[in-house]
Amino acid sequence: MIVTNSLPDDQRIVLTGIGLTAPNGNSLAEFRDNLLNGVSGVRDYEIRYVGKTLAGICDFEERRYQARKERRRGTRAGSIGIYCCNEAVRDSGIDWPNIDPSRVGIYLGVTEHGNVETENEIYELKGYDYDTSFWSHHHNPRTVANNPAGEVALNLGVIGPHYTVGAACAAGNAGLIQGAQMLRLGECDLALSGGVSESIHTFGIFASFRSQGALAEHPDPARASRPFDVARNGIVVAEGGCCFTLERLDDARRRGARIYGELAGYAMNTDATDFVLPNPQRQAECIALALRRAGLEPAQIDLVSSHATGTTTGDVQECEALRTVFRDAPKTVINNTKSYIGHCMGAAGALELAGNLPSFEDRICHPTINVDELDPACALDGLVLNQPREIDPPTYILNNSFGMLGINSVVIIKRFT
Amino acid sequence: MKSGDIRNEVLKILEDIAPDEDLSDLQDDVAFREQLELDSMDFLDIVMELRKRHRIQIPEEEYGQLVSMASTVKYLEPLMKDL
Repeated sequence: MIVTNSLPDDQRIVLTGIGLTAPNGNSLAEFRDNLLNGVSGVRDYEIRYVGKTLAGICDFEERRYQARKERRRGTRAGSIGIYCCNEAVRDSGIDWPNIDPSRVGIYLGVTEHGNVETENEIYELKGYDYDTSFWSHHHNPRTVANNPAGEVALNLGVIGPHYTVGAACAAGNAGLIQGAQMLRLGECDLALSGGVSESIHTFGIFASFRSQGALAEHPDPARASRPFDVARNGIVVAEGGCCFTLERLDDARRRGARIYGELAGYAMNTDATDFVLPNPQRQAECIALALRRAGLEPAQIDLVSSHATGTTTGDVQECEALRTVFRDAPKTVINNTKSYIGHCMGAAGALELAGNLPSFEDRICHPTINVDELDPACALDGLVLNQPREIDPPTYILNNSFGMLGINSVVIIKRFT
Repeated sequence: MKSGDIRNEVLKILEDIAPDEDLSDLQDDVAFREQLELDSMDFLDIVMELRKRHRIQIPEEEYGQLVSMASTVKYLEPLMKDL
């Protein structure tokens, strides 16, 4: 096993730029500020067939990096990817006009892609009595699984590899991991990695969660996403995106890049037990594997960014996994970002990690909000609830991201010194 | 429809599929591609929009008639005269 803290600089991966859109922020600074001030991004929402519901809705400026024609032809996920990747590149300070575009790779995680476009097309087709000669020629390029990453490549002129990583709600971490692996393999010199979600635009995801009894409801939208609370009643579906620029440490040092953090370890594994219900034992094994690869003991993790989505069972299962791994880690604090923004699906892992990275500098753990009464089954010693907590200068952040079909992912980021 | 009305209909379609373009100086006798950034998918959009908005079916072998505004209007005149 490769222990990442013993790697040479050309195998060490660092995060040098962040671009994001979350339901409560369109830049890292805005996002962080709202996390520290308890500002939710969940709002009332209405979508065909399902009717009134709630969602995490982004309001980033689509036209900042996209022509109107480009937006018309593409998808919301593509647009989110374009915004986030452009913002990340700009934030990284890379001399973009002079980089070799064949040495850039784009690796964006997605929970799903194509549902929005297919539903829209079928809805349109109904108006033409299902005559398929009215079916759009844009359907295929909009729905191919690589679409969001491909739209970014077209927009930025990237001619290295691009694809999405389909990994359910573990996809944000999976995109980051893929980028790091490709940098280590020498397949690219700069990776645009993270995840995107346009899922609030498909009625199917709302209807399916509702049929499953897992769609959150609350008279106050800002109070609807409430992981760990005894009155939680499901997921708030959200859209969003987050892209990191990843580089090998020697490259980043050479250009004097600002470094947000270093990838200290990661792991992915599979439950192989159920389509939907998570398996805490496998989750714990995934966390433990990431720790071993980082050469760390659980107590060395300062902050755990939990995945919990606000479902009755899933939150308890993750807490069981965390209790198993962190039982002897009294200083480790745990928070949850979905309580502010809902579940950003393919973007969730990347966004939730990004929201916590500023704690390396401001030494504050943003809390899980909306916990009026902590579910005893979720009671973990390190939970930070409702109010931000000042913490000792953190060195390691561990980010959980899990998904359906039993896919688990864990990323550990080290403060760069 | 008369040729002036047909031209306006085509112009509306172009405004929708090429929203970043300035169409005020469009020259009717010059190929669209020489004046506008249009690719094959955009031409398919013109065909599709004519189909959706006016139920006009244009056979693939006749797509070449849509090369310029003048040729498009001329081609559409008999197809849209009763609309």
